[in-house]
Parts: sequence; structure tokens; C-alpha cells
Amino acid sequence: MSSAIEVRGLRKTYPSKKNGEKIAVAGIDLQVKSGEIFALLGPNGAGKTTTVEILEGYRDRDCGEVSVLGFDPNNLGSNGSKWRNKIGIVLQSTKDAEDLTVSEVVSHFAKYYSNPKDPLNVIESVGLSDKSKARINTLSGGQRRRLDVALGIIGRPEILFLDEPTTGFDPEARRAFWDLIRALKSEGVTILLTTHYLDEAEALADRVAVIVDGKIIETSTPENLGGRNTAKARVSWLENGSRKEVLTDFPTKEVTNLVERFGEEVPELTVTRPTLEEIYISLIGGEVE
Amino acid sequence: MSNSVIRVGLHRGALEIKQFTRQRESVVFTIFFPVMLLFIFGSVFSGKIAPGVTFSQYFISGMIASGLVNTGFQQLAIMIPIERDFGTLKRLRGTPISPVSYFIGKIVMVFSAMVVQVGALLLFGTLFFDLNLPTSADKWLRFTWLVLLGSICSTVLGIAFSAVPKNGRGASAVVSPIVIVLQFFSGVFFVFTTLPKWMQEFAAFFPLKWLTQGMRSVFLPDSFAAREVAGNWEIGRILLSLIIWLVVGTLLALKTFRWSDR
Repeated sequence: MSSAIEVRGLRKTYPSKKNGEKIAVAGIDLQVKSGEIFALLGPNGAGKTTTVEILEGYRDRDCGEVSVLGFDPNNLGSNGSKWRNKIGIVLQSTKDAEDLTVSEVVSHFAKYYSNPKDPLNVIESVGLSDKSKARINTLSGGQRRRLDVALGIIGRPEILFLDEPTTGFDPEARRAFWDLIRALKSEGVTILLTTHYLDEAEALADRVAVIVDGKIIETSTPENLGGRNTAKARVSWLENGSRKEVLTDFPTKEVTNLVERFGEEVPELTVTRPTLEEIYISLIGGEVE
Repeated sequence: MSNSVIRVGLHRGALEIKQFTRQRESVVFTIFFPVMLLFIFGSVFSGKIAPGVTFSQYFISGMIASGLVNTGFQQLAIMIPIERDFGTLKRLRGTPISPVSYFIGKIVMVFSAMVVQVGALLLFGTLFFDLNLPTSADKWLRFTWLVLLGSICSTVLGIAFSAVPKNGRGASAVVSPIVIVLQFFSGVFFVFTTLPKWMQEFAAFFPLKWLTQGMRSVFLPDSFAAREVAGNWEIGRILLSLIIWLVVGTLLALKTFRWSDR
């Protein structure tokens, strides 16, 4: 499969008042295949948004090679419109178009693209049909976010950039949103997602990259991240009033031994493998956001 | 310029008008504020400034000219930084829309707001302040190009100046004093020839002075031309200075316009 996004040696520093400059992106290599959902994970200030904004063509870079759908987003020349026609961007929160209705804005944005989707279908697919005649300033935070997504996909993009798409969603809205993203994937859309939520990355992403201090420290599938698939299991139980635990590669054997020893029910027995969150926290050096 | 750039621009214009009419404050400010000023100044200074010319007739010509500056320059130089803060421009930047379509949308919106505002001033002026509408086709023609050139000029300068305010909150504080000072210097609130010489010379660098003079040539009797600075209406110089500002403004707008705050 070909690459939708290719990044090599990407660096970006910002001028900083304190000590001359702040390194936001310190040499990133990245490859996103056509049709996959790729998640960028990382703490605040790790360089996620800077990286994504360089790929979206919003920011320039200090060095490195970047190709998005075969074009350099920072050197589009006269291809700007043609390239943006194939790109969908869902930014972090915006407050625009407050006085217009959902259907007015979605139908209007459809006019910017050469082969847009049907606005009514798009509004329905993001679950805003019953709000389509509502003014945008009457929408809740989650509804507003779904409108952002509608505007990101109205142009039938080949690549969709989603920057923290489900911030402020209730659990039900997040599930519905995930279904929408999966439906887009099944249409063949490549999706680059940044998120704070590990369950979101786990539910959606084919691959994830963890970015810390401007560097990618690991790229993997969610199941294999940080050696999660081969990590030792933790067997824990209660004995003589205190909690005992063993880390083992053979939890079944450990449990069998315990059953033999206790003869019946082992008190408060649990067998766990590290969650994506635990792996992630250990990868980013124990810093919790 | 391709067809689709213009077509998308006109669609944006329609959308902007819709948005404008739904913001009650901006409608009130644009349409009623100048009319209110007309009532205040027209009632306070009701005397004659020349045979057959009252101050309110002089003032209303200036108000129509400043209306072009208010709805175009002032409104855009304040609104665009706010749109930048709100993410409107960033979102547009991520779509295939050309900045030129965005500009066309603004021009359409400004022009429509201005037609309503000028219409209101003409209506109240003729009803209550003895404003004489021009009777010759010649003067109507001049009025038309003054409004057209003036509004486009004012729009592109507003877009160009929108790069100056750092953010939306401070924009009004930066822009409004400039407009008010220009109004005082350009002969809107006072008879231009009674202003100090240096003020007149300063104002002559900017388009508002020429617009007010042009509007006087439309609404005041030709006998008043002798009382202008040059002893005549200087139509050629008015046209020339507006065209120069239009070119300068367009170049500046294209060069300095920023979709985002970096």
C-alpha cells in the first residue's frame, strides 16, 4: 500500500523569551499508509499539534522532508486549491459562524469543493439532523464538535486530520463518533488523529505513535505498544490479611498452583495485563497530563 | 480570475449578509448611528454656511462619505481580527477557497450594508434637513462612481489594516480613533476650509477628504464650489486619489493579509 503521508527528519523550533528558542519538534519520522487510521499520542506540549499543523500546511518547518498526498504542504505553489480539495481538517475548538444555522454552514462549505458530499447526508452522518435548522450558538460543545467534523468531511477528503476530536463528548456521543470514523475508514479515507484518550486510540487506530518532547519514542499497533502483548501478567490475591502479587509469564500455571494451595476459592484473585494507559504512562516517563 | 473564484466569492457575500443581518448590534450601529449623528448635528448647527446652503446639508454629504469608511474600513479592520481569533479564517485556510473569494465576499457585504446606510441618510436628510437630491444624470453618475470606488477602496484598506491589531479584543481601540480623527480632519464635523491649514494638508493624503469633497459636489449647489479650497470641486483629483488608494490598498491587502495569527 502506498503512503498518504511521509515525514523524514522534521524539525521545528519556536523563538522563546526565556532561552532563545524552544524545540517543538526534534526530528520526527512518520509514515501513514493510505486508508489507515493513525493516532498521535503524547502529553500536552509534546509537539503533536505542531506536527499536525505542519502537515496541514498551516506552519512552516525548519528542516526535514514532508509529503502529504504527494505534495509538500509548505511548498504548494499553484497547487494549493487542488491539494486542499483532497484534505479535510478538523481543528481544535473554533467559535465562528455563531449566527448561522448548521445546514447553512454545511451547504456553504460544500461550495468550496469540486466533488462535495450531499450536505443533508453529512449532517445526518454526524447525528445533527434534528439540529440542522438550529443556530450554531445554541449547540452544545459536543454538537459543535460534530459540526466541525461535518465541515471537515463535506469535501470528500482523501485524508482527514482530526485534532482531539472528542474533547468534551459524553460517552454515548463518543461511541457514535467512533462509528462515524470507522465508516469513513471503510470508504477508504486516511485518518490522522491526535488524542488524549487512550481508549480512543485503542478503539480506532491501526497504528499509534507516542510523541514526547518533540520525538517519536515508539510506533506500533495499540496491541503491541511498549511490548504490551508480551508483558508479564500480574497475579494478585489476598493471603493472611495482606495482598500478595506475582509478575509472571505463565499466569495460568500460577493460578493452578494457588488453587492447589488454597484447595478452593482463592481470596480476591485477579489476573491483569498492563492497560494501554499503564504502558503509555511508563513510555512517557511517568508524567501524567 | 477564474469563474469559480468569483462564484464562491458571491456565495460568501450572501452568507456574510445573512450573518450581518442576524447581529442586531451591527445592524443598529451601521444604520442608525449615522442617522442619529445627523439628527444631533443637524439640530445643533442649523444655520446657513453660504447662500442657499445649510450646515446640515454640508454635514450629510460628509456623513455619506464617512459611511463608506465606517462600513468598509472600520468594520473590517475590527471584524477580521475577531474572525482570526475565532478560528474562522484558520478554518477557511484549510479549504480550497481563494483569499480573493473571501475578499469578494467582504466587498459584497460591505457594499450592501452601505447601500442601506446611504439610503437611510438620504431618506432622513431629504425628509427633515432640506437635503436636495441631485437632479442631473451627470451628478447621479458621479455619485455612483464615488460610492463604488469609495466602498471598494475602503474595503481593501480595511482588509490591509486588519493585519495591524494584534487580536480581536484590541482591534476597536486601535481602529476607531483613527477613523474619528480622520473624520474631524476631513471636513465631516466642521466646514473643511475653516480648519487649520496643516490639518487640511494632512487630510489631503487620505481618501476620506476626497470622498467628502466629492459628495459635496453631488449634494450642494455648484455655486458652493467657489468656497472649496481650490475654488472648484477638483473632480479629476478626487478620481485620481481614490484610484491611487484603491491600487495601494489592494496591493497591501494581498501582501499583509494573514489567515492566522501565526
